[in-house]
Amino acid sequence: MMTPVKNPETKVKQPGESFFKRLIRQQLFIPFAALALLVIFNLAADPSFFAVTIKENSLGNPVLSGNIISVLDNASELVILAIGMTLVTASSGGQDISVGATMAIAGSVILRIACGGQVTADTLQAPLFLAVLAGIVATALFGAFNGTLVAYFKIQPMVATLIMFTAGRSIAAWINNNQLPIMNDISFKYAGTFLPGIPVPTPIFITAFVILVFWLVLRFTTLGLYTQSVGINANSSRLNGLDPQMIKLLTYVILGVCVAVAGFIRVSRSGSINYSRIAENIEMDAILAVALGGNALSGGKFNIYGSILGAYVIQFLTTTLYKYEVPSTALPAYKAVVVILLVVLSAPVVRSKMAGLRLQARAGSIAKEAK
Amino acid sequence: MKKVFCLMLALCMVLALAACGGKTGDDPAPADTGSSAPADTGSDAQQPADAGGELISVGVINNDPNESGYRTANDAAMRATFNEENGYKATFYNNNDAAQQIATAQQMIQDEVDFLLLSPASTTGWDTVLQDAQAAGTQIILFDRMLEADESMYVAAVVSDMPAEGQTAVDWLAAQGLSEYNIIHIQGHMGSDAQLGRTGALDEKVAAEGSWNYVTQQTADWDEATARTITQSVIDSGKPFNVIYAENNGMARGAVAALDAAGITHGKDGDVIVMGFDSDKWAFEEVLAGRWNYMGLCNPLQADTVDSIIKDLMAGNAPAQKITYTPEQGFDCDTLTQADVDTYGT
Repeated sequence: MMTPVKNPETKVKQPGESFFKRLIRQQLFIPFAALALLVIFNLAADPSFFAVTIKENSLGNPVLSGNIISVLDNASELVILAIGMTLVTASSGGQDISVGATMAIAGSVILRIACGGQVTADTLQAPLFLAVLAGIVATALFGAFNGTLVAYFKIQPMVATLIMFTAGRSIAAWINNNQLPIMNDISFKYAGTFLPGIPVPTPIFITAFVILVFWLVLRFTTLGLYTQSVGINANSSRLNGLDPQMIKLLTYVILGVCVAVAGFIRVSRSGSINYSRIAENIEMDAILAVALGGNALSGGKFNIYGSILGAYVIQFLTTTLYKYEVPSTALPAYKAVVVILLVVLSAPVVRSKMAGLRLQARAGSIAKEAK
Repeated sequence: MKKVFCLMLALCMVLALAACGGKTGDDPAPADTGSSAPADTGSDAQQPADAGGELISVGVINNDPNESGYRTANDAAMRATFNEENGYKATFYNNNDAAQQIATAQQMIQDEVDFLLLSPASTTGWDTVLQDAQAAGTQIILFDRMLEADESMYVAAVVSDMPAEGQTAVDWLAAQGLSEYNIIHIQGHMGSDAQLGRTGALDEKVAAEGSWNYVTQQTADWDEATARTITQSVIDSGKPFNVIYAENNGMARGAVAALDAAGITHGKDGDVIVMGFDSDKWAFEEVLAGRWNYMGLCNPLQADTVDSIIKDLMAGNAPAQKITYTPEQGFDCDTLTQADVDTYGT
């Protein structure tokens, strides 16, 4: 009961026998169905959507190119944010709405150090890992600030993170003296574009690495279990010897680290930053990814893979809409329609109805087979 | 840890207050001006006017300096001009939200500033402010952006001629003599003065000429990353194109990143013509190096003109014309010189 995520996967189909597995299956059902729908739509409308070709980029490296690659590449920041956001949601029953603003801070810190305070730098002024490390430390601290307000001052997460949401972009500008620094060193852009000789965009590797790290952490540490139990009932987990406040704080710090990685990818794509536009509204997409993954936004049980899938669904949808030249002003409206559909579909009332229907259908088919 | 941050936030707020200057210490909105401002305000804010009688008091309402390189330069120029050294007691306010701008404008009028310098975030909704100003004897000068009102409601306007910018760019493009124009058009924030002007001329040309086509026409909201995604999706779709018309430099940069990733050549001898707008120095350098073809200059430095208009008004001379357009031109990779970069780059 307490470690649903760790249940060994078996493919028993009898209803009633493994209640939990069916629940998990149902949770991932929505994002999978959404993804399948998008894939089918694109296959029907224009199969060339899935074509992947090898081109040569301007540096003469062979690179993969195609819509699918674009989806995987462009979803990177969102996937990484969604992972952190899932943990924060699970532990504190609320969302961090400052991730876009703190991404601006991370980007600003990284560029400040990489450019050594110059407005335009043609070569790295400091080792890249130092710049990234500073970015991670900065946003981890801001995450700790958010986490402290939530865990120790018991402020509603949305209100607590509203502070950084409001101030973050100004702080980001302030870090660079209101300049918009530009980094022209090609090695700075490896993380956001391609490594020399490797045809797959680097953000895809970074995302895969982050997912792997979280898979290992959730598998071999008690982080997932503790986060979940704090989210379900902080008091009873305290009585069981956990420190709910520390765990909440920890999830916000972890999100802070995720933000820095996402921010690094984003500034690394172009080597520049625009404080008020970078990652604008990405917090909403990150929260949406968590919701699409079938996670309760009120906290408690969570499935990180649902959120990851949710993030890819959002990017898949965006890319599809671009492909069909939906004007980008109308994009949010189309997204809204899809979101309404998915949220309604994943509502407990609807889902229990659907489960009922499926059970009936299964019962029907079993009955037929018996005949 | 949290103490450090409380301290930092407190520091930000103090700086924000300082940046607002003596007069509006009790202004309801100083926190917004915020931590973006303090770095370069220094001189105008530190010593509240003690020789107040001789200084001209001005309220400056502008957009968020972080919006773009253009805005950063614009805001910095205003702050460099309107300070005590030049005989002004200035209060600055930056926000992209018109409602906040309007509230602050009304506060400034109540504080009886002599001049209200205004770069409105939206073109409508300013009627009460204009009437209040007239009643209170505050003179309004528009800079950078226009608003919809009768000319009698403001004394002068110093603005960029956006439709002319668009026309110059389109004329330049037409002069390139391509047999076919397949254009990726990346628009700015829909409804803004700059977007309307720069889109207008191109829309007309595409409608009029059979050989001019849009491959795609979408807004990236001035955002580099969105511009890159839009261009990438066109490349992925395999549709041929030979022009990128981006309505500011940041978006052109994003589009070029997508071209580079796909190995599509651009610029002087490339397959794709790249066009951007505004005044960023780095963009000038891209054009100079031949990686881009064209940049439409949008001059952000209106401060000096506004300054001389105010000085004239104080001396009793009305401005020669109601609307002054900042001098602007287009630069291309064949004619741009280092001297131009140094003169116009910001």
